[in-house]
Amino acid sequence: MLWNTLLLALREIRRNVLRSFLTMLGIVIGVAAVITMVTLGNGATQSIADQVSSLGSNLLIVRPGQRLGPGSSVAGAPNFKIADAEAVQSQISAVRTLAPTVARGLTVVADGRNWSTSITGSTNAWFSTGSWQLADGREFSEAEERGGQAVCVIGETVRRELFGTQNPIGLSIRIKNFSCEVIGLLVSKGQSAFGSDQDDVVVMPLKTVQRRLSGNQDIAALRISIKDENAIEQAKKQITLLMRERRNIAEGEDDNFSVLDTRQISETLSSTTRVMTTLLGAVAAVSLLVGGIGIMNIMLVSVTERTREIGIRLAIGALEREVLLQFLIEAVVLSSLGGVIGVLLATAASISLATVMQLPYLFNPGINLLAFGFSAAIGVIFGYFPARRAARLDPIDALRHE
Amino acid sequence: MNQNMSSNTPLIELRGVTKVYGRGAVSFQALHGVDLTITQGDFVAVMGPSGSGKSTVTNILGCLDVPTSGSYLFQGVPVEQLDRNQRALLRRNYLGFVFQGFNLLARTSAQENVELPLLYRGETYQARRAAAQAALASVGLEGFGHHTPSELSGGQQQRVAIARAIVTHPSVLLADEPTGNLDSKTGHEIMQLLTRLNCDMGITVLMVTHEPDMAAYARRIIHFRDGRVERIDSQEGRT
Ligand SMILES: Nc1ncnc2c1ncn2[C@@H]1O[C@H](COP(=O)(O)OP(=O)(O)OP(=O)(O)O)[C@@H](O)[C@H]1O
Ligand SMILES: [Mg+2]
Repeated sequence: MLWNTLLLALREIRRNVLRSFLTMLGIVIGVAAVITMVTLGNGATQSIADQVSSLGSNLLIVRPGQRLGPGSSVAGAPNFKIADAEAVQSQISAVRTLAPTVARGLTVVADGRNWSTSITGSTNAWFSTGSWQLADGREFSEAEERGGQAVCVIGETVRRELFGTQNPIGLSIRIKNFSCEVIGLLVSKGQSAFGSDQDDVVVMPLKTVQRRLSGNQDIAALRISIKDENAIEQAKKQITLLMRERRNIAEGEDDNFSVLDTRQISETLSSTTRVMTTLLGAVAAVSLLVGGIGIMNIMLVSVTERTREIGIRLAIGALEREVLLQFLIEAVVLSSLGGVIGVLLATAASISLATVMQLPYLFNPGINLLAFGFSAAIGVIFGYFPARRAARLDPIDALRHE
Repeated sequence: MNQNMSSNTPLIELRGVTKVYGRGAVSFQALHGVDLTITQGDFVAVMGPSGSGKSTVTNILGCLDVPTSGSYLFQGVPVEQLDRNQRALLRRNYLGFVFQGFNLLARTSAQENVELPLLYRGETYQARRAAAQAALASVGLEGFGHHTPSELSGGQQQRVAIARAIVTHPSVLLADEPTGNLDSKTGHEIMQLLTRLNCDMGITVLMVTHEPDMAAYARRIIHFRDGRVERIDSQEGRT
C-alpha cells in the first residue's frame, strides 16, 4: 500500500507541475533567505572578531585626553614622556611588553612615487605588542633605536604603493628632508576593525621620529600588552593610579588620560554585529514566514480544488488513510525537496556573497536545520490537515464540492 | 442465469429507507421509506421525474451516502452497521459506480483512470495494465488509453467511466444516467454494452435514466415518485 500510495503521490506531483513548483518556490525562497542572511551575519561577526584579535591580544592603550576618536579632548592634556613609559614598565608587574608611540601623517616618496601614510615611532616592543610579524628583513638594532637612525619597517600597502613588485629591503624612502633605509617588511594584516588599512604604516625608532619629525620628546600613546587576560582589570586600575600620581591629578579631579582595552573594543563591536545578525535574522524570518503563508495558501487552495478528486478516490474504494497518506507524501516530498533546494541555493548564495563581501563563509548547521524543519513542517501541516477534512466527508459530499 | 444461491438471498435489499438532507428548518426529505429488492444478475432501470430521489437512492446503494433511517442489506450484511472503512472496502470489492457527471481524474490518462480502482486493490503493475486495457477494449476504446479526459468526447469519457467501474468485475454496477449527456446513437451503444456486461459477465446492473428507450433494455423498471417507489414494471419477456 505504501509503495502504491507513493506512486500515486509522485504521479500527482508530476501531473501538476506548476502547482508543485509554486508550492516549492515559497519554501525555497524562505529557506534560502533565512540561511543566507544568518550565515552572512555570522561571517561578519567572525570577521570582526578576527580583526579585533589582530589588534593584539590583551592589549591596553593609554592615551592623553579623555575620549577616543573625533572630538577627543587632547588639548590641555599633556603628552607622556619616556619616563612615564619606563615607570609603567617597571612598576606594574602584569605588563609583558610596552611600546611608547608617536605618530605623524606624512607623505613619503620613493622612486618618484608619493604616498601619504602614517609614520609611527616606537621601539621593537611595538611589533610584539601589536602581534606584528616580519615578512622580510629585521627589526631595529639597539644602536638604531638608541641613536635615532634613519631606518624604517614598512607595511604591505606602503610597499605596494612605493615599490610595486620590487623587494624594498635595502632601498630607501624620503620623508620630508631626510632619506630613510627600509630594513623590514611587515606581514599583511588587512583591514582593522574600524575599517582602516592596518598595512598602511611606516615604523621608525621612537627617537628618529621625535628628533626629525616632531621635534620634541613627547609620547602620544603607550601600547601595553598584559601577561594574563585575567589581570587586565587590575592592571588597568594600577596604571590609572600610577598615571594620576605622575600627572599630579588631585583627588576628585577627572583623569586627563584614558586606558583603553582591546577586549572592550571587541565586545562593543561584536555586540553591534550580533544586533545586526539578529536584525537580519528577523528580516529573514519574516520572509520565511511569508514563504510559509504562501505554502499554506497553495496547499489550502489545492486541497479545496482537489476535494472532488478525494471524492472520486473514496468512491472508487480508497480508504481514508490511503487518501491521507497520499496527500501527506505529496506534502512531504514537495516541502523537503523545496527545503533541500533552498539549502543548496543558500549555500551557493552565501559562499558567493561572502567572497564578494570578503567575509569568511561559516556553515551554520543549526539555522539550516531550523529553516528546513520549519518549512517542511508548514508544508506537511497545511498539506495534511485540509486533506484530512476532505477525506472525512462522505464520498458524495466530497464529490458535490464546488 | 441465476444458478447460485443468490436466488434465495437477494443481493440488495432496502427496507424502509429514508433520507433527510439538511437539518432543522431547511431540511428536506428526499426518500420516504423505500423498499427494494434486487437479485443477483438482475438488470434494473430506475425512472421517475426529476427530484424524485433516483440519485439519492443510487448513492445510498453505492455506499456513497448513508440513509437517515431504515436498513440496507448487501448480501445479507446490514450496511448501516459498517464503519467508513468497511464501506470503502465494500465499494472497492463489490461495487462499480458510474456517475451522472463522469468524475474522471483530470489531466490523468484514460488508462490511469481505469487502473485506479485496481491500484487501491493492491494489484500488480502487469495485472493493472492488462485489466485496464481489457476494460477499455470492452467499452470500445482500444488505443485511447493515453488520452486524458479533456482529449475525449463526452461519450468516450462516459465509456472510460464505465470501464473504470467494471475493471474490478464488481457484483453490482450502479450507473446514474450513464446516457444522460449522450446522443441517442451513443446512448444505445452504452446500453448494449451494459446489456453485454449483464449477460456475459453476470454483473448486476442498476441504471437511472429518463429515457424510456434506454429503460427498455432493462428486465425491470422501477418508477420513483416523490421519494417513493411508485410501481415496478417487469419486461422479462423481451429478447
Ligand atoms: N445534498 C442535498 N441537499 C439538499 N437537498 C438535496 C440534496 N441532494 C438532493 N436533494 C434534494 O433531494 C431531492 C431528490 O434529489 P435526487 O438528486 O435524488 O433527484 P433525482 O431523482 O436524481 O433527480 P434528477 O433526475 O434531476 O437527477 C431533490 O428535491 C433535491 O432537491
Ligand atoms: Mg439524479
